[in-house]
Parts: sequence; structure tokens; C-alpha cells
Amino acid sequence: MAVIQTTGSISPRRKIRESAGDRVFLSITYILLSLILVAVLYPLIYIVSSSISSPQAVASGKVWLWPVDISFAGYKTVFSNDQILVGYGNSLFYTCCGALISVILTVAIAYPLSKKTFFGRNVLMMFITFTFLFSGGLIPTYLVVKGLHLIDTRWALLLPNAIFVFQVIIARTFFKASIPEELNDAAEIDGCSDIRFLLSVVIPLSKPILAVLTLVYAVAQWNAFFDALIYLKSQHLYPLQLTLRSILIQNFSGGNMDASEQVKRQELAYLMKYSLIVVASLPVLILYPFIQRYFVQGMLIGSIKG
Amino acid sequence: MKAVSVQPQTETRERSTSKNYWKEAKKSLRKHWQLYLLVIPPVLFFILFKYLPMANAVLAFKNYQVTKGIWGSPWVGTKYFDMLFNNPQFWTLIKNTLFLSLYQLAATFPIPIILALLLNEVRSLRFKKAVQLITYAPFFISTVVMVSIIMIFLAPRLGLLNVILNAMGMESTNFLGDPTKFRSVYVWSEVWQTTGYSCVIYLAALAGVDPSLYEAAKVDGASRLQKIIHVDIPGILPAAVIILILSVGNIMSLGFEKVYLMQNPLNLQSSEIISTYVYKIGLLNANYSFATAVGLFNSVINLILLVAVNAVSRRISENSLW
Repeated sequence: MAVIQTTGSISPRRKIRESAGDRVFLSITYILLSLILVAVLYPLIYIVSSSISSPQAVASGKVWLWPVDISFAGYKTVFSNDQILVGYGNSLFYTCCGALISVILTVAIAYPLSKKTFFGRNVLMMFITFTFLFSGGLIPTYLVVKGLHLIDTRWALLLPNAIFVFQVIIARTFFKASIPEELNDAAEIDGCSDIRFLLSVVIPLSKPILAVLTLVYAVAQWNAFFDALIYLKSQHLYPLQLTLRSILIQNFSGGNMDASEQVKRQELAYLMKYSLIVVASLPVLILYPFIQRYFVQGMLIGSIKG
Repeated sequence: MKAVSVQPQTETRERSTSKNYWKEAKKSLRKHWQLYLLVIPPVLFFILFKYLPMANAVLAFKNYQVTKGIWGSPWVGTKYFDMLFNNPQFWTLIKNTLFLSLYQLAATFPIPIILALLLNEVRSLRFKKAVQLITYAPFFISTVVMVSIIMIFLAPRLGLLNVILNAMGMESTNFLGDPTKFRSVYVWSEVWQTTGYSCVIYLAALAGVDPSLYEAAKVDGASRLQKIIHVDIPGILPAAVIILILSVGNIMSLGFEKVYLMQNPLNLQSSEIISTYVYKIGLLNANYSFATAVGLFNSVINLILLVAVNAVSRRISENSLW
């Protein structure tokens, strides 16, 4: 009598095997992905390794992957440079204030837009999205900022680009999807005003979208360079990126000294570039693994109904 | 008990008359007055920093005199536009902007899609997450830092790329000083920086594909490649089309920062684009009217492009921006 096969084990004949072609495809996939991984990772590792190597090793091209002659001379130079420290402080200020202002303004317009009974929301939406399609241009905007006497003030970096239309759209989509009408109706019956509802109910429930908004605006402020370039003249207001530009790209770091001093200075200046890059990107890249999840979430929300 | 009269259904249906609009508006104003107040600061922002500049763009038709301000300056009609079109550099600008943009589009559009399709095949969640995490990282590097990384790696003597080329027996190239190489450097560094970020959108679209389609494909005996062609790609097509529309529509509005930072006197022939030209002529040379004319021209072209591309897309597929 034949033994009845139990469902616990599947006979080899029944297991679904991948065809040879599919297995080859899969291995090609893995190879390609690994290549991409290396292509992205290698420059980053190279920079970090160079930043903690000695000036001589970097200048003579001895660094390939791992640091050579570990030294923190580069970092010491970076932190003893006043301009850099001032720039760092300014950027921290602009990032925090700018993100705060931007998030508040974005929510202030996205929330009303998400309510079905808010008359005029379609017109308002068109009003906003038109700015996506057409802009006055560089000079006209500059003249407005100048007319408001904001040139060479801190406000010039906080206001002109305070609201990103894309973020308003994402926020509005979130409010529409996550704050049920019934909640609002119930609060209304209890005599809760719109503002109170916004502050006490909506905001606490909106932590994900607030995180996304804050991060997008914060990163944008930290990396921003163009507004500072055109609106600021005083060095003490410069954000970090502007200072970086003068050191890294325009090479303004030296003075006049004798030949051997100059060579040492040059090597140090060269090394300092790597350390500076690391220091400038560090805040963002350290927080990055934690915030990446929120960025992805934000993009998902935005792309589901753009 | 009182008799309650019930009105026939048709009479209670609201009609969209202007009288009803007003009623609705007043009702909303009374109910949501706080929200209307709340909306004022953002609206003020848009008026001040977006719409007022649009009005200021009339400067393109005037001869700007600082003492008279924008509205007091005399009209000159299309003088600056004539100047622009007759300027031989104008066509170089358009060519540079267009070529750079198209090159960038051709490179940065398909690669994130391919990456997303490949990642979708991978079964190991850890590997998938690792690739995503790492490829997404360069996006957060600022433009200034990115360009300085480019300059370091492509330096004529000490740059890593040249060192590798030398080791393989080839001579060093001055990548950034060569107008013919400028575009490639710009575009491929852009690919390096943005692929991971763009890929996420496609991965999200892929995650939304109906699983029963995959099962059907398997039952039909489709190989991985066939599955990709027949299930994955149609799944991400809507997202891809929208992104393509946006990219094509923005072809003439190539950004300023990265190109400006990468410019040097040697590569200016291919690196001078419309936005950098407007900056130099307008802010550095204070030639406000002319620069406004160029900028206005650019904005109008952009608008036309976006509208046209959207219309085309609406005809040939179901996806469009509006």
C-alpha cells in the first residue's frame, strides 16, 4: 500500500525551480547592484579616509581606500578657522529658524486647503500652483527683496523661499487623508474652534507629516547657497555653504610666507578640504539614516496623489 | 401633532447660481473665519515673493532708471528683446542650456528606473535596504560640497580619476578645463547624486502593483525578464510619465548653482547657460532691464513647454499633470 504523503514535506518534483535563465538574470542583477553600491560608496569612503590622513600622504596621492598616517591636522585647521565657525553658527541659526517659519507657513495654508467646507480652496490652490509654472525671474525677485529692505539681513535667507508648493501639496494630501471629517464635526459640536482644533487635535496627529516638512526645509536651508550669494554682502552673516565656496572652490585660504612654509601650508590647505567636506556634511549625514525613513514616507505621500 | 409638509425633492436641490455662491461663501466665512485669518500670512508670502516679481517683470519692457524706480522708468517696448535675439551669444546660450538639459534628462531618467526594477528582484531585504540607504545618501550632500568633491576627484594631477587613468597607461585629462568634457562631468555627477533619491518613487510605485498580477505571470511561466517587461514596467509607467513630463517641461529652466560653481574661464563655451548669464548680466553688471528680458523669455518658454508637454501626454496616455 502506498504511503500517503503528508503535507509537511513537498516532493522535489513539486518544488518550483527557477529556470537557468532566471538564475543567470538574478546573478547579473546582484552583480550590477553591487557595482552601483561600490560606485556610490567608494568616493564617500575615500573622502573620509583622506580627511583623517596626514597632509603629506594626501598630497602625494598615497591614499587609496584606507587612511594613511592617521592625523587630525585637517580637522584642527578647520576648527581654528574663524570664518568656518561663524559660518557654521549662522547655518545652524538659518536652519532652525528657517525650518520653523517654513513649517508654520506651510501648515497654515495646507490645513485650510484640506477642508471641504473652506470656500475658495480651489481658487487658492490654483493661485499657489500657478507659481510652480511661471516665475517673475531673478531680477524682479531681487528687486522685491531690495524694496523690502531685506538685502544684507538675515531675513533675506528666511523669507523669500519660505514655502515650497510641493510641500504644501503633500501636507494637504496628508491632512485630507488622515484627519477624518467626523473628528472635526465632533469637536465642533463640543464648541471647539477651528484654531483650537488645529492646535490640539490635528498637530499631535500629524507628527509624520510635520517630521517630513521639517526635514525637507531643514536640509534645504542647510545646503542653501544661492540666496546667500545674491542677497548677502556682510561676511558675518554668511552661512556655511558660502564660506565653503570661498575656501573649497575659489581657494581663498592662503597668505604670504616663505617657500617651505608655503609647501606645508599648501598640503594642509589641500587636506583641509577633505576635512571641511566631512565637517560640513556631517550633521546631515549623521542624522541621515534616522531621517531617511521620513523622507521616503514624505515622497510616498506626495506621489500617491501629487 | 403638527403636520409637517415635505417639499418635493427637485425643489430642494441647490443650483449653482451666483446667489448660491455668495451664500456658500458667507457661510464659510462665518464658520471658518479663523482659518481665513490663518491663511493670510502664507498668501502674503505668495503675493510678495511670487506674484509681485511677476508684475515687476514688466521691467523687461522699460529702461530701468534707479531714481525713477520700476514704475517710473520709461517704456522702450521690445528694445531689450531685439538686443537679445540679435546677440550672437544668445544662440550659444540656448544651445548650451538645451544640450545640457537633454543630456541630463537622457541619463537621469532611465537609470533610477533600472535601479528600481533591479532592486525589486532582490529577495534579501537586508541587501535591498542597504542599497537603498547607500544610494540615497549622496542626495543630501550640498551643491557646494558636491562640486568641490568633483574638483578634487578630477584634478589634473592629484585627482583620483587621473591617478587611476595614469596607472592604466592613459594620460591625465583636465576634465574641468575642457569644454567638451564639461557636460559629461556635470551629467554623470548628477546621476551619482540623484539616482537613489529618484529610485524611491519608482520603488513605491512597484510596491503598489497588484500581487495577483505577479502570480498570474508565474502561472503563465514568465521568466524574470518577461515579468519585468509585462508587469513591472506597466506598473511604474504612470509615475514615470509624470516625472518625464515635469522634466521635459523644465528643460529650459536648468538650475544655476551647480553650473555656476563648475564654471571656469576654460569651459565657459559650453558651461554658460541662460540662468548663469542672467545672474552675471543682471546682478553683477546691474543691467537690470536686459536681464529681466532674458529671464522673462525663459519663463515664458518654460510655461509653453509645460503646457504643451502636458497636452501631448493627455492625448497619448491617460497620465498628465492636470
